Amino acid sequence: MHKEYLTVSNIVGPLVIVEKIADVKYNELVEIEDSRGHLRRGTVLEVSTDQAVVQVFEGTVGLDIDKSRVRFLGRSQQLPVSEEIIGRVFDGSGRPRDNGPQIIARKRLDINGSPINPDARDYPSEFIQTGISSIDGMNPLVRGQKLPIFSGSGLPHPRIAAQIARQARVLGKEEKFAVVFAAMGITFEEANFFIEDFRNTGALERAVLFLNLANEPAIERIATPRLALTCAEYLAFELDMHVLVILVDMTFYAEALREISAARKEIPGRRGYPGYLYTDLATMYERAGRIKGKKGSITMIPILTMPEDDKTHPIPDLTGYITEGQVILSRELHRKGIYPPIDVLPSLSRLKDKGIGAGKTREDHADVLNQLFACYARGKEARELALILGEAALSDLDRLYLKFADLFETEFVRQGEFEARTIEETIELGWKLMRQLPKKELKRIRPEYLEKYYSPAAAAGGEKANEA
Amino acid sequence: MRQGKIIRVAGPLVVAAECLGAKMYDMVRVGHLGLIGEIIELNNDQAYIQVYEDTTGVGPGEPVVLTEKPLSVELGPGILGSIYDGIQRPLDVIRARHGEFVSRGIEVPALDRERRWTFEPIKKAGDRILAGDIIGYVQETPLIQHRIMVPENGDGEIIEIKEGEFKVSEVVCRIKKESGEIKELNLFQVWPVRKQRPVKERLMPFEPLITGQRILDTLFPLAKGGTACVPGPFGSGKTVVQHQLAKWSDAQIIVYVACGERGNEVADLLLSFPELKDPNTGRPLLERTVIIANTSNMPVAAREASIYTGMTIAEYFRDMGYSVALMADSSSRWAEALREIGGRMEEMPGDEGYPAYLASRLAEFYERAGKVICPGSEERIGALSVIGAVSPPGGDLSDPVVQATLKVVKVFWALDDRLANMRHFPAINWLQSYSLYRDSLKKYFAEKVAEDFVELSQEAMKLLELEAELQEIARLIGLESLSFKERLVLETARSIREDFLHQNAFHPQDTYTSMRKQYLMLRTILHFHHRANEALEAGKEFSDIVSLEVRDRISKMKYLPEEEEALLQVEKEVDASFKAL
Repeated sequence: MHKEYLTVSNIVGPLVIVEKIADVKYNELVEIEDSRGHLRRGTVLEVSTDQAVVQVFEGTVGLDIDKSRVRFLGRSQQLPVSEEIIGRVFDGSGRPRDNGPQIIARKRLDINGSPINPDARDYPSEFIQTGISSIDGMNPLVRGQKLPIFSGSGLPHPRIAAQIARQARVLGKEEKFAVVFAAMGITFEEANFFIEDFRNTGALERAVLFLNLANEPAIERIATPRLALTCAEYLAFELDMHVLVILVDMTFYAEALREISAARKEIPGRRGYPGYLYTDLATMYERAGRIKGKKGSITMIPILTMPEDDKTHPIPDLTGYITEGQVILSRELHRKGIYPPIDVLPSLSRLKDKGIGAGKTREDHADVLNQLFACYARGKEARELALILGEAALSDLDRLYLKFADLFETEFVRQGEFEARTIEETIELGWKLMRQLPKKELKRIRPEYLEKYYSPAAAAGGEKANEA
Repeated sequence: MRQGKIIRVAGPLVVAAECLGAKMYDMVRVGHLGLIGEIIELNNDQAYIQVYEDTTGVGPGEPVVLTEKPLSVELGPGILGSIYDGIQRPLDVIRARHGEFVSRGIEVPALDRERRWTFEPIKKAGDRILAGDIIGYVQETPLIQHRIMVPENGDGEIIEIKEGEFKVSEVVCRIKKESGEIKELNLFQVWPVRKQRPVKERLMPFEPLITGQRILDTLFPLAKGGTACVPGPFGSGKTVVQHQLAKWSDAQIIVYVACGERGNEVADLLLSFPELKDPNTGRPLLERTVIIANTSNMPVAAREASIYTGMTIAEYFRDMGYSVALMADSSSRWAEALREIGGRMEEMPGDEGYPAYLASRLAEFYERAGKVICPGSEERIGALSVIGAVSPPGGDLSDPVVQATLKVVKVFWALDDRLANMRHFPAINWLQSYSLYRDSLKKYFAEKVAEDFVELSQEAMKLLELEAELQEIARLIGLESLSFKERLVLETARSIREDFLHQNAFHPQDTYTSMRKQYLMLRTILHFHHRANEALEAGKEFSDIVSLEVRDRISKMKYLPEEEEALLQVEKEVDASFKAL
């Protein structure tokens, strides 16, 4: 039996301060019983000889100083796991929310995990075909990568994330895979969109969901992604599954962290976010990856909404410094009615280089990708110039580039929500657009590939040779 | 050993009482788990300890064991090719013993105690020696000879020196000091990380660190023994620049500190270094490399220590007379670790919440670089170059870490978001970057590369600056308003950018360019420019000049192999095309 304390001295925001304690450990799990007998949970944020600062997940509404009973449980927060966890829906603290039974634990795992030894990491190099040209062609995703989507309010990031979850596959392989989905602070409607989509495509049977919705306690959000990642680690590294983790919305997570920091009166960093936001985010994002000698993998797609579409806001900024690239959505493309409105130029996949090329996608993929980037960038510059000076002021070449940029957006980037293009189709589409430009403009492409693919007939021949 | 008692735990900061007599920066073992920590503040009998491991489960009342030694590294054979965490624990050994995830309270010696090394003495009994003198060699890797040096306070006379196979901890030499005291030397020494290793004399740098990266070597060269910083927003290619330097620069030893960065980037280094060959010897690059990896999810206090661990190892190899390059990726993460610990100690914050001593700590760190005469009786020259990446929030160069760094470093490679978006790599902005070594390296370039090399690079810089001005005009009043000569400048500048400065790190030929080839490429581009100018003056059509086929040949020069003939051929073709015009 754990000792019970009635010595709460102070309640500030989500924090409770307990006095006259003994034998309390840092980061220990805490149970608080309020005067009506309701249980809440929390963790120890700071402890000294006679006092502990406890962060309460469910919030402090209705807690009082004299009747609250506090129990320290002598362990950190854990997630019970077993094979049965697949197909289940939990709340933000890991309790079943689908009216199903409690998970009978095969193991109890600390939700904070441990860092992967960098020496044990296997470099991600398996190309994942998402069927979306602006990702596969331009910013390819590989297994074990963490690639966030930087979105803005009102942009269709849920549809894109769902499309990726639906279409993602590794070429030529059928393997055990699962989706782990964590929702932090999103609305019921948004969460429901995902659940319905998973249900319609049959993905729900292979999914594990952790939902903390907008009307649920904000502080609970601190634990939600960690629960999801602990679950993902179990599935990937003990059950050999390939796991896709979707975390939405990291902005609400960071806001919850700021709330706690403010209540502790910590010295704030930029925009009031705590100075340790980088480290805190890293302890989650870095849990994605591959491990040498293990079959499974964790691929992560965190989604965040940039306040005022500002990429330099601390949340996207710090995320970008940790993750291996980013997919940025553009309001401008969205207004033009282009789906998916992926802003190709500032988007990036850092791990693409070992995941593409001969034997993985196609030999010319890297060059095509670089060339398309360069041409599209030049075309957008021409477009700006035309805005100021009028199209007539452009040189003939610039006009070609301008046309290229238009076609690139309407034919390459734009595609249907249920359209899954193969990587061959995507690369060929790229060539089709590049043929609009004179051959000698294509400086980023090696001469041998230019020879092989530039003229349409050669391309057809080349493709055959490739297939053979 | 003496013990204190924990009275407070707040994340990586632990406060212990009953620690009277403990010294600043002494190492301690914290709690029942024996976590490693370091004392960073003393207040009466209370010691403030930053703990290098996660403190979950540690609480008041637990013991703190004082080791009464400062945080130190072990310096001896076995360092090269290793991967260490921020406090020099070998991650490969930890993985073999404790599995894929890093657990806590692990104690592993940095150097393998069981491995035997062949020691070849070069001194003999009766020789008088000074601290810093080399007493013998161990061939640590086929690439690098590890020179065993006399440690500090080792002046005296050799009374015995052995030859043969030894473990690092075995005695190989005995010295009789002036005082009559006998000192025994084994193959390794221990040195506190926060203390700079002594040098005999500091020299001015005069030799470039050749990197094979065209924009760096030709426009913004770094000297051996110099300091550089690479600031840029995320996605602008800081890490690729650092990796390229680690792979291709002509330093003899590379110390790569991955400080608070991505685990997969470390995996990439570990994967590619054994395969990459040293251009001069054909041996795997890992044989000259040490990696310190304290990734972003590893404990924050160890991140703070990691750059000092790397620096001390780098200094040790410099003392042997090697040219060493240290890459720190990224110093911003180190500064954030300082801020986090400072915040928990409730220090008064300076700019952006960083502690007030940020600038002085950074300056201290970079000042450990340099070209020096090493201690000892021989006049050995060693060089330690430091290249620090900085990750300012939002790429904003007014960030305190960037500003504090710029005050001390001599070379500034500014990464540019806009270039990165156009996939122009390396995305180093040629208008913002600078190198203060251009003058001191002039002589070297003129003698070792070509008489007119510096002139050519200055001309290229001028054209790029002119391009920026002309583009401004063209944007306002249209391209037509420019004269053909001015439009030629635009064409040539574009050629410099796309055919010369743009370099593909992932293309087998393009990834490294020798100084000779860099020179010939630039000379050919500018030769075309001069000939085109003459042709314009002779009344030839602008459109004919810019559509000459030979321009395509120039643009492909980067893919040509390093053969003098083939490269000179392009220049001849330029002449031929203008003749035919």
